[in-house]
Amino acid sequence: MTTTKRVLFYFPKSETEKPIVYQLVKDYDLMVNIFRAKVTPDEEGYLLLDITGKQPDIDRAYQWIRSLGVQIREDVKGMRWDRDKCTSCGACITQCPTGALHIPNRKTMKVEFNSENCIECMNCIPLCPFGACTSQF
Amino acid sequence: MKTYEEINRKIEAKKAVVLTAEEIIQYVEKKGLEQAADEVDVVTTATFGPMCSSGCFLNFGHSTPRIRITEAWLDDVLLYSGIAAVDAYLGATQLRHNDPANMDYPGTFKFGGGHVIEKLVAGEQVQLFALSYGTDDYPRRELRTYLTIHDLNQAIMVNPRNCYQNYNVAVNAGERPIYTYMGMLKPGLKNASYSSAGQLSPLLNDPYYETIGIGTAVWLAGARGHVYAEGTQFTSLCERGPNDVPMEGAGTLALTADMKKMKSHWVRGVSLVGYGVSLALGVGVPIPILNPHILKRTTVRDSEIFAPIIDYSEDYPQRTGKTLGRVSYAELKSGEITVQGKQVPTASLSSYAYALEIAELLKEEILRGEFLLSPPLERLPLGKSSKSLEIRGRNNS
Repeated sequence: MTTTKRVLFYFPKSETEKPIVYQLVKDYDLMVNIFRAKVTPDEEGYLLLDITGKQPDIDRAYQWIRSLGVQIREDVKGMRWDRDKCTSCGACITQCPTGALHIPNRKTMKVEFNSENCIECMNCIPLCPFGACTSQF
Repeated sequence: MKTYEEINRKIEAKKAVVLTAEEIIQYVEKKGLEQAADEVDVVTTATFGPMCSSGCFLNFGHSTPRIRITEAWLDDVLLYSGIAAVDAYLGATQLRHNDPANMDYPGTFKFGGGHVIEKLVAGEQVQLFALSYGTDDYPRRELRTYLTIHDLNQAIMVNPRNCYQNYNVAVNAGERPIYTYMGMLKPGLKNASYSSAGQLSPLLNDPYYETIGIGTAVWLAGARGHVYAEGTQFTSLCERGPNDVPMEGAGTLALTADMKKMKSHWVRGVSLVGYGVSLALGVGVPIPILNPHILKRTTVRDSEIFAPIIDYSEDYPQRTGKTLGRVSYAELKSGEITVQGKQVPTASLSSYAYALEIAELLKEEILRGEFLLSPPLERLPLGKSSKSLEIRGRNNS
């Protein structure tokens, strides 16, 4: 039984030089799928990824990552869609590669956002005429 | 057969029968044209989308000592001040001072005239900076202050071109992405962009302007407004289908209303990457059901309204007159159309969902007896074509 978790590793201006992703794969037998990352020396940084593996392995990996001074946040959504700012024009629909932004009912034509399908490509951010799509980091 | 007066008396008595342009389709199918024309008094139409030719006249009131403003900015967006002392016009597509525009291509155009208008309607504070040369009666030469719409004497929206009767479907047959007022278009016909509420849109429900004319009362962003003229680029002489519905741009409306009575939900600043700023507006227009013929017009449906597909990489900018075919709004709203044998996903720039809401809101206002119809003072011009601009040398004769 494997599980998949969307997780954010947050590096608070730490100097970790360890190849974290490599060790997650090699030492903890986890599959990783990175969506977004920003790791700059001497600055705070983040890594947003899906990890897939056995729960005990995930638990052990978390323990190790915390020991490096890296914070772990689960269920973090980097992408934000503001329902009040969205006018349901639909300009985003052909720009979203995974259908996370979609029109479930073609009679009412309302736009909805399903964050589960969002891969954080950020295409929608500049292309939304109403500024409804933003990134929280 | 009914008259405007009869319909208005029914509205005042809260006894009017009102349906939206979407509801009327099924209703007439069920009841038949003659009976439905007897029963129904008003059909509400609506649209919501970017309408670039929008703006407002503002009057700031006089400071002490007085200034005869010659240049002015609200939140760093330039106003037109070549009118009387403290009047100004704020246009929707005006960029903010120092916006790099497309120097860093494609520009993001985060803030401009449309956004200032949205802020004003929302009651938010904006900064006024104004300059003048100083005169004996208007000695002040500079001022900076902060104000809201409540501080203004007048804020009157005056939009020379709203409510395009129909519109192009934009595609990109070129080899690089292009950034247009129809959004970002991917090369090689990878997406199509349209902008109309189709069967809900005001002028598609009255294709020959039999009820919508100069003087017609409209719902403009929640305020009661009026059609004050034909819209700019009004082109009633155009290609029309067998139902008289235009198959291209065609008619437009010039609208005005008191901005102090508007709701900011229906007045939204727009940023179009690589193109510029604009303003999205909600408009509702009631159509009086004077006779079965007018009712028949309002039963038009998406499958009977067609728009031309235009290549914005070449044919639009170069005005070649070429189209890549026509599609119905039923096809466009399905999410996919066929262009030159290719399946192309579609997206809209106008909001059908908001248009539906506006048609409902206007219907409710009429049902509550709060929105009376006004007969047009003058019909919009039939047989009107559009001129192009010739680039020529000076005429020396």
